Order: sequence, then C-alpha cells, then structure tokens
Amino acid sequence: MAAKTPSPEVVGQVDHHPPRKGWMDTKPEFKPGNYLYAAQPQNLEGVGLANPRTWNPLDDDWQLPADWKGTVREGIAERLQRYRSFKLFMDICVRCGACADKCHFFIGSGDPKNMPVLRAELLRSVYRGELKTAGKILGKMAGGRKLTEDVIKEWFYYFFQCTECRRCSVFCPYGIDTAEITIMARELLNLLGCNIDWIAGPVNNCFHNGNHLGLQPHTFKENVEYLLDDIEEYVGVKIEPTFNRKGAEILFITPSGDVFAEPGIFTFMGYLMLFEHIGLDYTWSTYASEGGNFGFFTSHEMMKRLNAKMYHEAKRLGVKWILGGECGHMWRVVHQYMDTMNGPADFLEMPINPVTGTVFNNASATKMVHITEFTADLIKNDKLNLDPSQNDHLTVTFHDSCNTSRGMGLLEEPRYVMNKVCNNFVDMAPQVTRENTFCCGSGSGLNAGEYLEMRMRGGLPRANGVKRVHEDKGANMLACVCAIDRAVLTPLMEYWVPDVDCCGVSELVGNALVMEGQGEREYNLRGEENPSYVPPPEPEEPEGEGEAEAGEEGAE
Amino acid sequence: MKLFTILAKHKKAVLKKWLDSIVESYPQETARFLRNKKDQFANPVGYTIEVETEHLFDLLMEGMDREKVTPYLDRIIRIRAIQDFTPSQALYFVFALKYIIRHQVAEEIDSDALEQELVDLEASIDMMALVAFEVYMACREKIYDLRAKEIQQNAYLLLRRAELIVEKPGKDRIEDNAN
Repeated sequence: MAAKTPSPEVVGQVDHHPPRKGWMDTKPEFKPGNYLYAAQPQNLEGVGLANPRTWNPLDDDWQLPADWKGTVREGIAERLQRYRSFKLFMDICVRCGACADKCHFFIGSGDPKNMPVLRAELLRSVYRGELKTAGKILGKMAGGRKLTEDVIKEWFYYFFQCTECRRCSVFCPYGIDTAEITIMARELLNLLGCNIDWIAGPVNNCFHNGNHLGLQPHTFKENVEYLLDDIEEYVGVKIEPTFNRKGAEILFITPSGDVFAEPGIFTFMGYLMLFEHIGLDYTWSTYASEGGNFGFFTSHEMMKRLNAKMYHEAKRLGVKWILGGECGHMWRVVHQYMDTMNGPADFLEMPINPVTGTVFNNASATKMVHITEFTADLIKNDKLNLDPSQNDHLTVTFHDSCNTSRGMGLLEEPRYVMNKVCNNFVDMAPQVTRENTFCCGSGSGLNAGEYLEMRMRGGLPRANGVKRVHEDKGANMLACVCAIDRAVLTPLMEYWVPDVDCCGVSELVGNALVMEGQGEREYNLRGEENPSYVPPPEPEEPEGEGEAEAGEEGAE
Repeated sequence: MKLFTILAKHKKAVLKKWLDSIVESYPQETARFLRNKKDQFANPVGYTIEVETEHLFDLLMEGMDREKVTPYLDRIIRIRAIQDFTPSQALYFVFALKYIIRHQVAEEIDSDALEQELVDLEASIDMMALVAFEVYMACREKIYDLRAKEIQQNAYLLLRRAELIVEKPGKDRIEDNAN
C-alpha cells in the first residue's frame, strides 16, 4: 500500500541545507528587492561626490574609477589617522560573539554576515590584508584578504543592511561601535561613487533647496497652510504661524517628512497647535526646512555641510535658540557631532523655556532643545490644558528610536508626556525598549520603497516586541519621536501586527490639547471621527414647558 | 486511532526533527542561534518556529481544521515569505513533516489498518500544505500592496494638493483618484 502512495521520501531526499562555504567565499546575490538603487549621477554631481555615472548593482561592471584600489587603501589609511575610534575598532575585537545575535538584520534575515562581528570583519579583513604586514604576507591565515571588485559589491550589499542603530555596541564588552565601522565603510564606498539614490537624492536636494524632497520655499509654505486649514476644520482654531521672520525668539526645525508624508503631517499639526496654545514667539524657516541629515549616511564632511545650514539660518534670523521636532538622526548629529563640527553656537543664547522659565542646561553647547523635553517641561509646570480622554480609544505603546534613546538618552520624557496626554500607556518588554530598543529596520537611509522586503526583515524584531504588547496588553497605537519611524513603522505594522497603527507623540499631544476658542472635537487630527469624543449634554429645556407638556400628555 | 497513540509517544522526537529540518534551511551559524537561543524577544524566529510547529502537530492529532491551522502556519510563513527563500524553500517544511513522521514510526507500522491511518494523516498534511500556499501568497501580495501604498503615503500631502488623491470621510478615507 505504501508503495502506491506518493512517497514522502522524495521530499526527504531534497537537501535544503545551504552550501557550507567559508564566509569569504560566499558572495551575495543581487536580486530585485534585496538591493538599493544606485545614486543617479546628477545627485552626486550636485554636491561634488566622486565618480558620477549611471550604473546598476545588477551590472557585472560597476564602472569603478581608475586606481580604485589605491583610493580605498588611502581612504582607509587616512581614516585610521583621523579617527582614533576607527583604529581602535579595527584592532581590538576579540571575536567574543557578544554582539553576534544582537542585530535586528541578523535576527530577521538569518544571514550570518549581518552579525555585527562579521559585518565589521568585511572591512577588517581588507584592513589586515592590504595594510597590515601579517595580513599582507599570511593572507587568510591572518584573517586578511585582498581588495577585489567582489569585496566592494559585498560591502555595498551589507553596509546598506546596517542601520547604524548601535544596538550591538550596547553589548560589546569593549564598546566597539559597529555603526562607526559602517559609517567608515560607507565613506569608502562614496569615494568610489557607490552610494544609493535614496541617500544621494535627499542630500543633493537638501543642500540646494533645504529639504529632502527639494520643496521650494513657496511649496513648503503652502503645505503648511494646507495643514492649517485642516486644523481649522477639525479643531475650529485658526493658526497663523510666521515664516523666515527675523527677530523671532525661537527657530523651529523638524524633518521635512512631517510636512508632506502620512502620518507625519498629523504630528506636524500637533506642533502647530502646541505653539499656538502657549503663544510661542517662534518662526519656521523655508531654507532650513529639514531637520534630517542624510549627509550623516554619506560622509562626515557632508553631515557637517548639511548641519551647518540650520545654524546659519538661526544666525541669519537672529533667533535666541533652536527648538527641534521629532526626528531621529537629526538629534544624533546635533547631540554627538554638532559641537565639534560646527560649534560653538556662541551666537545663540542658552535655551530658556519662555513659558516656564526652565533653563535647558543640557543644550548649552548646541543651543537646540528637543520638542519632547520642551513639552514635558510645559506639562510638568502645568502650562497645558489637556484632556487625555480624547485619546481614550487608544492603548499606546512607545518605540524608542535608536538615535534618541541610545544616541542621546531621551528615555523618560516621551513616556512622561504620553502618560499625561493618554490614559492608557503600556510599555513593551524591557528586552526591546530603552537602550535595548530594536531598530525600525529602515534607518540610516534604508527607507527606500525598493527595499521594503529587506526592511520587513530588519524590522521583524521590533514588530515582534509590538506584537507581544498588542496581544498581552491590547496596545493598538505605536507612538514614536522620529519621522523615518513614522513613515516605516506604518507598513511594518501592517505586515506584522496589522491591528496596530503608528503616530508621533506630538500628534497625541495635539489631540489632547484643549485649545482656546476651539469647536467640538468630533474629529481627530487625521480627520477621522474620534471614538473618544463625548458630545456635550443637550441643554435642559426650561422647567415650565416640560411641565406643561407632561400636563398635556396627562390630559390625553 | 492507534496511530495517534503511537505518535503521541514520539511527539518530542518528531518535533525536534521537524524543528531541525526548518532551522537547517538557514546557514550553519544561524541554525545554531535559532536552535539554542530560547528568549522570544532575542530570537523571535526560532521561538516562533518552535511554538507553532508544536501547535501544528497538536492540531494534526486533533484533526485538521482549515480555520485553526491558518494562524499557526501564518506565523511561520510570514517570516519565511520575506526571507531569502524561493517559494519552495519557504514552504517545504510542511512536506518534510510527512517524511519525518513516516520515518519515526516506520517500525511500528505493522498492519494494513495502521498504514491506512498513516496515509490519512499524510492527506491531512497535504491539506496543511494547500493552506500554506494561500498564506504564502497572501504575505507576498501584502508586500506588493504595501509598496504601492507607501509611494502614496510618502508624498501624501503633495498628491492631495495636486488632487491626485481625494478624501472621503471614514476609515478608508483615502481613495485613488487616478482613474
């Protein structure tokens, strides 16, 4: 009988084991969906980056510049001189493996070259093979290898699967920051013109027009006006902010995604309402209309150039200090690099909250304050009229963005704000929050559409944390303080945990704010009917008439 | 059923072999991690495979149910559908169960009646495979759907201002106006 049935042994005979080869002999296979589109030549030309050309990662010939090997060797040598951290990180790893399973891309993709130790080895092996005597002579035996075009392709493949989130560095006993190794590798790739368009395009646009999408000043302004109309419609309050106003006390800068992308625009509406609510003397800039800094994913020089324009604009407008919106890497750049790159910002004043008088000593170097710190300070000093019941239909959980949590220690403020503007806040497990947070999987310029499938891999561990808090505590809204997060967590949730939506913290603030002269808040900032809205009680009818009616009924 | 009594005895061994067959579809270093790390947050893939294969096995013993089997399969396939696998590599694990069970209990299949029970069980696994195809396709379709949606969301306000999308009240308020 068994012989007549289709034999399951046929299945058993198929070998599903991947081939066992050493990592140096395993090459990545570029397939649509697993690589990012190459930078277009005009985007490299626009900011003077090397080797502009039309190319495709699927091509055999990547059209590397003449003497590209020399360029890379010199590039490594120069960076070893300039950055002590890089030199240290190249030499001190003992391959203990503590970082190996901490990377979201490794956990989600199962590709061992995404283990931080191995990702770093992609560069270290070349450092040894090309620059160290032992590696030059002994090659593989000393962990060294020579530069080949395949090595460059492998770098392109894997250093754009690292989101520079630094989770691995939390677990490294030596404190090796693999993000910095990725930063160096991407700089080297840039020397050869091997950048991705999702980074090069925004960099070029930001440098010339002030923001990633290249919105012209009038378009930026009109977009904001469009959102003001929405606020008027849903909240019943007319707000008239100023643009490029000299002499304003504060310059507000946020990622431009908040001005045009969903759901960022709702966070943007939250900012506008908050500033109106407290009567803040502030202005928007249509030139420094971008907080994000994709230069950070290109090179130190490019990061400096893009960061500088925010400070130039603050100087030009003569403001006292800068208030920054909900962004991830803008804050990492400001917190960790700005002061040594473009500082000191001594033409600005020590930031003081004009409403509460709080002095933000923590921002004494950069003169730039995070919106969540600012909001928390306002709430702590009881300066906001809030109705958290407007968010009662939500059970909110919080995604700690890598850059604001590990990059600058903003851990308590968002939680404090959310607990005041919502009645139902639940945290995810400690293994996946605060310093241990898992990346959204799309940071450091990887949030391109063509990369969605890879982003679903990278975001798996984050989504898994949300899934648990959704199943155990009923969370249905994932809040965050980063524009890239807002954009990418939305599809991530829709794939992994479809019952959970995504928003910015300031959107929750906006929905809870009781504005002076506001109308009925039947709609939230998204223009949806607010399930938590309670209509005011019908005015009671005068007693006399009521009695008369009762009397008539009685007569009938 | 006699076969189920035999299988209950072998449950642990069958599940271990099934788990091995799935994790070994990953590179060696990854397989080691997936098998050994027990924390559901640190190792969501290994954890999911371990938990859901047991659910699937138990359901097979209870009697295959299309509705019940879908979420168990979904949790494994949703992961494999976006990893670096071809469709057959992503789904072969369902068929592998047939081979694993047959090998595990081969020596105890000593009558035609038992053999028939085994064939019936394999038919249930085939049904599981058919559901697996649907789950896999649904995951892939979701990816394509999300890609299209993301293009719209990333430039939402600009599209709205250009009247390329219009709004209607209610949950599905964004409607493509391109047609």
